[in-house]
Amino acid sequence: MKIHEYQAKELFRNANIPVPEGEVAFSVDEACTTAENLGSYPVVIKAQIHAGGRGKGGGVKLANSREEVKNIASHILNMNLVTPQTGPEGKLVKKILVEEGLNVARELYLSILPDRATANIVIIASQAGGMDIEEVAAKSPEKIIRVAVNPLVGIEPYHCREVAFGLGLSPEVNKQFYAMLSKLYRLFVSRDCSLVEINPLVVTEENAIIALDAKIDIDSNGLYRQKDLEELRDTDEEDALEVEASRFNLNYINLSGNVGNMVNGAGLAMATMDIIKKAGAEPANFLDVGGGANAEMVENGFRIILADDNVQAILINIFGGILRCDVLAEGVVQAAQKTGISVPVVIRMEGTNVEEGRRILAKSGLNLITAVDLKDAADKIAEIVRG
Amino acid sequence: MSIFVDRNTRVLVQGITGREGQFHTRQCISYGTNVVAGVTPAKGGQTMDEVPVFNTVREAAKKTEANCAMIFVPPAFAADAIMEAADAEIELIVSITEGIPVMDMLRVKNFLASKPSRLIGPNCPGIITPGQCKVGIMPGPIHLPGPIGVVSRSGTLTYEVVDQLTKQGLGQSTCIGIGGDPVNGTNFIDCLAAFEADPATKGIVMIGEIGGSAEEEACAYIAENVSKPVVGFVAGLTAPPGRRMGHAGAIVSGGSGTAQAKIDAMRRAEVHVCEDLGNLGEFCSNVFNVIKD
Repeated sequence: MKIHEYQAKELFRNANIPVPEGEVAFSVDEACTTAENLGSYPVVIKAQIHAGGRGKGGGVKLANSREEVKNIASHILNMNLVTPQTGPEGKLVKKILVEEGLNVARELYLSILPDRATANIVIIASQAGGMDIEEVAAKSPEKIIRVAVNPLVGIEPYHCREVAFGLGLSPEVNKQFYAMLSKLYRLFVSRDCSLVEINPLVVTEENAIIALDAKIDIDSNGLYRQKDLEELRDTDEEDALEVEASRFNLNYINLSGNVGNMVNGAGLAMATMDIIKKAGAEPANFLDVGGGANAEMVENGFRIILADDNVQAILINIFGGILRCDVLAEGVVQAAQKTGISVPVVIRMEGTNVEEGRRILAKSGLNLITAVDLKDAADKIAEIVRG
Repeated sequence: MSIFVDRNTRVLVQGITGREGQFHTRQCISYGTNVVAGVTPAKGGQTMDEVPVFNTVREAAKKTEANCAMIFVPPAFAADAIMEAADAEIELIVSITEGIPVMDMLRVKNFLASKPSRLIGPNCPGIITPGQCKVGIMPGPIHLPGPIGVVSRSGTLTYEVVDQLTKQGLGQSTCIGIGGDPVNGTNFIDCLAAFEADPATKGIVMIGEIGGSAEEEACAYIAENVSKPVVGFVAGLTAPPGRRMGHAGAIVSGGSGTAQAKIDAMRRAEVHVCEDLGNLGEFCSNVFNVIKD
């Protein structure tokens, strides 16, 4: 789960990790008030959306007076911000962060994330802050400092020293950095983060170390024990159909194609999307109804797929294991009767109770196209797409 | 022969009295698996069908000589269950549970490094040696005993592949789902090494998906160490970057973990790459029969 920069900075502040003074604003007036309260100009105004590269898209600006705050805030609020990470459609800005300006001497990069292969927690740092870290890693890998921490042991002073000396920090900054990194590590572990990234982490002219930016991703599997973090979810930042699907425990991702699909199991769902592409069409979504789906979930899945206007055909691909084919068939029939089927539907079922499932579909009188196997299903989709 | 489980495997089920635990324990028993014990704290002394239930894994293992644990406990308690089984020195631990926090798995994996146990999963369908032993939630009847080893990161996609193999008359030595989570126990390489060493396995099918670099590492291993023919398939060619595709581990990030990169790695390792899932059975039949001749 992603959260906003201002929310991440609040978590930093609570953990005594230094961040610039500032506040989130939802209107131009609020932005002006916050700027005045900060006491001096310039202030920084930052669009709050769930995507990086905001500066490149014009979502981060410096304001030198109240008048400038007003102009910039009214420009950024409600703008459709396009960044390298939003895709061409961009994202609507509904809130901005207004912060004190700092006298920046150095910009550094710092992040913490799990390493899936070694099961360590890895600290990544670089002197090349404020840049795209993937680009730095590709062009000059020698500039990347990588320190692995065994999660059973936790962070030790030597880990901090390795990072600090790698960053070439001055002695008076080092101490602050050790303390900050230890707190950041503890925040990462205790709040079930899957990523904490500060880019840039700055050293000011006054030799203070401050997180100028903050990005935190939370492991959704850990949310059951992080109830307060769950409340930071901003559904405005998500696709409306995906939000709707998540209410029914459906694993749905909206895509731009024309063939909807409903599958049980994530791997088979991805493979089914690939089959649609191979058939000459584009998948309109990813939808894994899961192993334990019931008729109601199938019905909701069906409704959500049909709510996407781009969908011209649907492929249902179920390998019955725990989810029995007769349950699936009942769900499809229920959904079809309630919502009506406006597009051709190809159904391919295999596995547990497949005969019963086919019987339910056949006697429903609905106009469904059944496929005997995956190859047949792909051919039938291709035929429909070709028209 | 087979790998990791066979007719001598003695299974204990952690979470045997729960809904999922009960259902799948019965399915495993009816397949022929030797389920010798169940563990549910505070339900020791009861039985689930004929299976005795114990309070702790240590007690269950001591009294029944179980050497394999199948775990059905909910995600919040699963890491604890895995570590309990490992502490009791259970040889093989199969964790079906989906949704364990990554932070828990980081601890578990480091803990396991000091134990003799092998972990399969979590978030996996389990392992089956057809005709001998099923430790997992896969539908038994689609499997057929035979010479092909199957290893995969997903559940139903594996069933699809196995079903196609069986319909071609290609039976399986052992099928393993290593799970869809970013941090898991047994990896592709462990399974490839075991299949290479298993005289009953003549060919291998490896099913990967987007995310991480496990397939690439496996391919480097295959090029050096695997003499048996390998068929490869990778799901997720059409997956958009930055989105988690159902499995917690299935995400393309910063241009790495793509299906194409994995397919390329397979080709370099001379793995027979099948790009059309609909034809995988036939494809395998061609590869494995040619090699038989």
